Amino acid sequence: MALDSKIPHGPIQNKWTDYKNHINLVNPANKRHIDVIVVGTGLAGGSAAATLAELGYNVKAFAYQDSPRRAHSIAAQGGINAAKNYMGDGDSTYRLFYDTVKGGDYRSREANVYRLAEVSGAIIDQCVAQGVPFARDYGGLLDNRSFGGVLVSRTFYAKGQTGQQLLLGAYSAMNRQIARGKIEMFNRHEMLDVVKIGGKARGIIARNLITGEIERHSAHAVVIATGGYGNVYFLSTNAMGSNATAAWKIHKKGAYFANPCFTQIHPTCIPRSGDYQSKLTLMSESLRNDGRIWVPARIEDAKAIQQRKLKPTEIPEENRDYFLERRYPAFGNLVPRDVASRAAKERCDAGFGVNATGEAVYLDFASAIERYGKIQAKIHNIENPSKEKIYELGQAIVEEKYGNLFQMYEKIVDENPYKTPMMIYPATHYTMGGIWVDYNLMTTVDGLYCIGEANFSDHGANRLGASALMQGLADGYFILPYTIGDYLANEIRTGKIPTNTPEFDEAEKEVTDRINHFLNNKGTKSVDHFHKRLGKVMWDKVGMARNEKGLKEAMAEIKQIREEFWRDVKVPGSAYEMNPELEKAGRVADFLELGELFAKDALMREESCGGHFREESVEMDGEQKGEAKRNDAEYAFVAAWEYKGEPADAVLHKEQLEFKDIELKQRSYK
Amino acid sequence: MDLTLKIWRQKSATDKGKMVDYKVTDISEHMSFLEMMDVLNEQLVNKGEEPIAFDHDCREGICGMCSMYINGEAHGPDRGVTTCQLHMRMFKDGDTITIEPFRAAAFPVIKDLVVDRMAFERIQQAGGYISVNTSGNTQDANATPISKHAADESMDAASCIGCGACVATCKNSSAMLFVSAKVSQYALLPQGQVEAADRVRNMVAQMDLEGFGNCTNTGACEIECPKGISLDNIARMNRELMKAAVLK
Repeated sequence: MALDSKIPHGPIQNKWTDYKNHINLVNPANKRHIDVIVVGTGLAGGSAAATLAELGYNVKAFAYQDSPRRAHSIAAQGGINAAKNYMGDGDSTYRLFYDTVKGGDYRSREANVYRLAEVSGAIIDQCVAQGVPFARDYGGLLDNRSFGGVLVSRTFYAKGQTGQQLLLGAYSAMNRQIARGKIEMFNRHEMLDVVKIGGKARGIIARNLITGEIERHSAHAVVIATGGYGNVYFLSTNAMGSNATAAWKIHKKGAYFANPCFTQIHPTCIPRSGDYQSKLTLMSESLRNDGRIWVPARIEDAKAIQQRKLKPTEIPEENRDYFLERRYPAFGNLVPRDVASRAAKERCDAGFGVNATGEAVYLDFASAIERYGKIQAKIHNIENPSKEKIYELGQAIVEEKYGNLFQMYEKIVDENPYKTPMMIYPATHYTMGGIWVDYNLMTTVDGLYCIGEANFSDHGANRLGASALMQGLADGYFILPYTIGDYLANEIRTGKIPTNTPEFDEAEKEVTDRINHFLNNKGTKSVDHFHKRLGKVMWDKVGMARNEKGLKEAMAEIKQIREEFWRDVKVPGSAYEMNPELEKAGRVADFLELGELFAKDALMREESCGGHFREESVEMDGEQKGEAKRNDAEYAFVAAWEYKGEPADAVLHKEQLEFKDIELKQRSYK
Repeated sequence: MDLTLKIWRQKSATDKGKMVDYKVTDISEHMSFLEMMDVLNEQLVNKGEEPIAFDHDCREGICGMCSMYINGEAHGPDRGVTTCQLHMRMFKDGDTITIEPFRAAAFPVIKDLVVDRMAFERIQQAGGYISVNTSGNTQDANATPISKHAADESMDAASCIGCGACVATCKNSSAMLFVSAKVSQYALLPQGQVEAADRVRNMVAQMDLEGFGNCTNTGACEIECPKGISLDNIARMNRELMKAAVLK
């Protein structure tokens, strides 16, 4: 099947408006007879479910947690971008569009990104109307801050809990519809397969995680909004339950999986402390507004630090290497995430890491505290303030901005980040790759949509900070409700879809067979045992830097772990009860397939772009020496993989990317 | 460190349940409490026993899923943290730790340490929202200035994570802190004024219907709340309720 992205014709700034003017609409009376399933209730799924219900469709929403409010969107810290230009610093729809395409290293679809930038302002309006308590200045207007990879301040925020507040906004909109009966909410339910009838998505098979019952649910369209697959690395900033099962199941039923190797390794996470580690914790990128990243300039200092013979505060200014400021003077500490992560890895690989494992760099707030302190002293008319007074005044400002993050850091690491620099190291955070969708956000299966992080999205090969929340809410509030209507306009005569059909029988049987296999396997090793082994292969060979040899080894090793998993996994308990080990087994089984496709995709893409860094593809000379080298002539395409059984046999389909409004050029942050 | 754990085991909602003793060894002080539970569960799985079911997800103190009652305190002995942020450095070698689910009549146990908090959902559905549709043409976000103090105070109330520690802690199993946080968030903002009276009436009515107890101003909820939600919110909710009664 040839890929058709269905991008509307016409100038980029008119595409979305023209599109909306010409799509088919569904009469309000008919919407009452149309059912839509939404799987996942984070920012994308929650906002979509609420909006579709407001429009009059009957929505069935599914979440594996006990409430939509617990989806992992809640953990997003820093903020949400919007081209409001409230700061008057030159922002515009075009500039947000440009920054996003450039930040994504020219591997996203122009028309989608422009639309995203276009609706970004309406998201802020909507959230404020819902009662989201964004940060404000003393004049009562909304405050903004800056994020990596851009030269304007366009990030709206609610302390360090922006994701929480936006999700609670979408959740409140859902609650209003649940109360009216327009959304039927299925908490503690997990989708285990999609059901296709006559080539169209017509329902799902879900497991009730409390009783273990297998349920059939039908609908005229199915929306997947289940987030990313970062947990393929075992350790990531994702929630423990975040998984790729829904996305992988639809991939197996015909939805192409795009750019799996585009994964974001976030530069500012708390370094790991031991083998027992279950997850990694992000420290918001917003900290890079005020924190300066450094390692010792002298190797002997680094060694002394690693052996705890020297404290960071004892190293004088001239012996510190602020490596981001040194390498990228134009953007400094606010370079995009992929660039910052690789730079930290480069220093640590060279032996300059600052904790016992040698895998950490400093994020230092001392100069910000001093700077703010001096400003405060002026404001309060304090003449000749002492060093301590300046520090005290400055600390109060830093605390107001990032207090909850500093507290979180202190609780985990047991060190006071106001007194000693934070230690950070990159960790898996977000997946730009995902299910391939066209301009309508529809997958390669009719009536099957994919939104939010779960789709291959608008972020190309690298997502800019504060853009995930923007995309999730844009998809759910303002894009899908239009595009899905165009499809559902043809469904008004379909009527209720029965679930007692052979297609549902077959899908349910597959699901129960798999559950029974796990429970009857009586192997010797736990699910986590296999997940950790998969994670190690992914991190070592398909992590921040990749090469041909490593990727080939990774594919073989993952296949071997997968075979061993099916032979030897041990899952206690029974099917008809709450059984967390059984839930994990199903998810890890899917990660073990996805991981191999991930490595295959990385092997195919013999260029470095965004989060995907191939050691074979770097600039050899000039100002950009040592930086990632993209290859537009051969790789300016979206890699969409078709499932053919074994992940190694997946077939590649290319969607060639056309750049008409932005000139393709090397991404420079120098 | 080596520890003895006394953990509530309950097969299902209808099972009677009991405390069971377990031993864990070589626990690092840098582990989080839930990582210690992972170690125990791995041991149990390897022995072919059923691991202990407990709710958890984000493991960074924001999703509100984790809900353990540790040594008689919701989320354990540390302050300002959820169970997932509690670290083993709060305990010492040889300690015996008692772990129970959040207990309240309105939070029935589902299995082991997992409880059903659907009552919270129904309270939110009764009025925890502002009735605005998604249209793309609401007024500009800066059209209504909101004082920084009101916005900040609203944010403080809105930072409730809905874990239920307040209910588990309260001798009356009262949900006042939880409900008042939502009522306050909207009461402090101009957007929330239109429906303020209906909201507080409906949410409080639903809270009573769910079987939560009343508030007797003990203040234990505020101390145990991992997000530091203030008792001021309860006072504000009572004021709002009074106002709604007068307006009726």
